Amino acid sequence: MTENKGVLIYGELVSGRLSSTTTELLGCGRRLADQLKEDLCCVLASDAVGEAPGQAIAFGADRVYAVEDSALKEDQADAHVQVAEKMASEASPRIILMGQTPTGRDLAPRLAFRLKTGLSTDCIDLAIDPETKLLQQTKPVYGGNAHALFTCDIMPQIVTVRAKAMTPLEGDDSREGDVIPTTVDIDTSVIRVRIVEKIKEEVTGVKLEDAPAIVSGGRGIGGPEPFKTTLKELADVLHGAVGASRPPADNGWVPEAMHIGLTGKIVAPDIYVSVAISGASQHIAGCSGSKTMIAVNKDPDANIFREASFGVVGRYEEVLPALTKKLNELLAG
Amino acid sequence: MSEINMIVCCKQVPDPEAPPSAFKVDTAANSVTLPPDIKPVIGQYDEFALEAALRIKDKAGGKVTVLSLGNKLVRDVIKKALAVGGDELVLLEDDAFEQSDSWSTAYALATAIEKIGTYDLILCGRQSSDWDAGQVGTGIAQLLGVPAVTLARKVEIDSGKAIIEQVIPDGYQVVEVGLPAVVTVTSELGNLRYAVLRGIMAAAKKQPTVWKPSDLGLDSSQVGAAGRHTKLVRLFQPVKEAKCEIVEGDSAAEAGANLALRLRQAKIL
Ligand SMILES: Cc1cc2nc3c(=O)[nH]c(=O)nc-3n(C[C@H](O)[C@H](O)[C@H](O)COP(=O)(O)OP(=O)(O)OC[C@H]3O[C@@H](n4cnc5c(N)ncnc54)[C@H](O)[C@@H]3O)c2cc1C
Repeated sequence: MTENKGVLIYGELVSGRLSSTTTELLGCGRRLADQLKEDLCCVLASDAVGEAPGQAIAFGADRVYAVEDSALKEDQADAHVQVAEKMASEASPRIILMGQTPTGRDLAPRLAFRLKTGLSTDCIDLAIDPETKLLQQTKPVYGGNAHALFTCDIMPQIVTVRAKAMTPLEGDDSREGDVIPTTVDIDTSVIRVRIVEKIKEEVTGVKLEDAPAIVSGGRGIGGPEPFKTTLKELADVLHGAVGASRPPADNGWVPEAMHIGLTGKIVAPDIYVSVAISGASQHIAGCSGSKTMIAVNKDPDANIFREASFGVVGRYEEVLPALTKKLNELLAG
Repeated sequence: MSEINMIVCCKQVPDPEAPPSAFKVDTAANSVTLPPDIKPVIGQYDEFALEAALRIKDKAGGKVTVLSLGNKLVRDVIKKALAVGGDELVLLEDDAFEQSDSWSTAYALATAIEKIGTYDLILCGRQSSDWDAGQVGTGIAQLLGVPAVTLARKVEIDSGKAIIEQVIPDGYQVVEVGLPAVVTVTSELGNLRYAVLRGIMAAAKKQPTVWKPSDLGLDSSQVGAAGRHTKLVRLFQPVKEAKCEIVEGDSAAEAGANLALRLRQAKIL
């Protein structure tokens, strides 16, 4: 049996470029690989990998396996898992990192169960135990009400990493590394899911994940309209975007893409204004990285006031328009 | 197609909607504790999965078997699955199942599903409301060698196939998969229906089937804590030093305007 060595990242692409979570994984993977004094490699698998392999090296990889195959066009997990399994046996890494993204959430358990190893999803902290060399895998549990540290002594150790939990390196185009074009025989007969159609739910304006400010509404907003008026007007003054807790998305008041939290998007804007949101841990999981959190809630005992730095107790219908108006004056003047 | 056989995996968990201050960590036992007045519930996403099965049954008929693994499962909690319309309840219940991780849970559930024998659709919540791992549904599919579709917001059966609306970034996609298959369900599917009196009375009369590891042909090294692939080293609660400054005013509107002034003064805006 070969000894398992090194760190492998199963990366993701967005329109031919590395996704931002992949750059975060590379930053984290580099640190772990350096601690182990071993290599960091990255698998990039897509119908076209574009300039991503070079980017992966600039962000910290020693070696990139570039797998181009038209069978990967639709990003089907049944296809990706074949690539991941093959690369895991070929590179025999000690550690495999993936993003806690829609793709990673779907792919990682498939891979772990195939390799008969353990998996910790949604990790926010990773370290190497200097004695055992095992990966210490910390993830929030109970919706974020506690944290758990896991280890796994079956190789490879697989984890998915929460978005924005790790810092990428500065991209450095002078870093050196190898790009190895790799072929994997993908058996398309085992892709048993057929995609009939994709329906995009357009969200206009600033992208939530990139917005410098977010005004987020909860169940207490009461319906779809205020998201387009009261909340949007404040977001516009802040040059930000409108988001939501889970109930507005579940109720169809806003598209699912606006849902923030453990099971939604992870955001970390400079300013996060939470409006009529109680502050459940599962929601906070998606916005705790915000620089300044501001809460507006009519209930003085709402948990959100234990999370925010500034708060107003009151009905949002009265608080928000006045806040927006005053900010407009101040920011214009 | 003949009658559709559905298996829904449901887990009993501490109420995830309990106030955050109710959650405490017992570091000696490495477990999370809640005050006794906070009752356990069926995991939220497992309830959505059960609702998905019941909607299929409403439309096309079929049988819904609810499968749950744990120990000392509270009958009033888990029997809710029968009261709302589940047909059978199978419990994998034994001391040996305690402290399972995703691997040992999925392994025992997959073994039980094979023992049940006939199944077209296996429905699971997208993730449990306690450990938040999100692995068991897909894990069962891998162990049984059947396809898996994750994050379903709608599930229908048509001509021997499942037609599923799957949530993807910025929208959803409609996918089709042959049966048998595993589908994991997300919150947009909608809440579990309420139990009606007739259902509650019928559920009270029904006895669950209880299986121990030996009934599944598993020995104690394959289940629960012994069958884990990951080791829980430490549970802890991160310290929070957040202090919220409440901005006041004579009216809510004035407080809103004062907040703007305060944020400006603190150079946050
Ligand atoms: C496994 C799991 C994953 C989850 N994932 C997520 C997730 O990703 N994101 C998420 O958000 N939730 C998630 N949840 C759900 C979460 O537990 C809470 O149920 C949810 O966040 C509550 O949303 P809310 O605060 O909008 O609603 P509520 O808890 O109902 O709070 C509404 C608040 O509005 C206030 N209010 C009402 N009217 C007004 C008014 N006129 N003016 C001002 N304030 C008002 C009330 O005082 C109250 O505090 C998850 C749950 C589980 C179990």
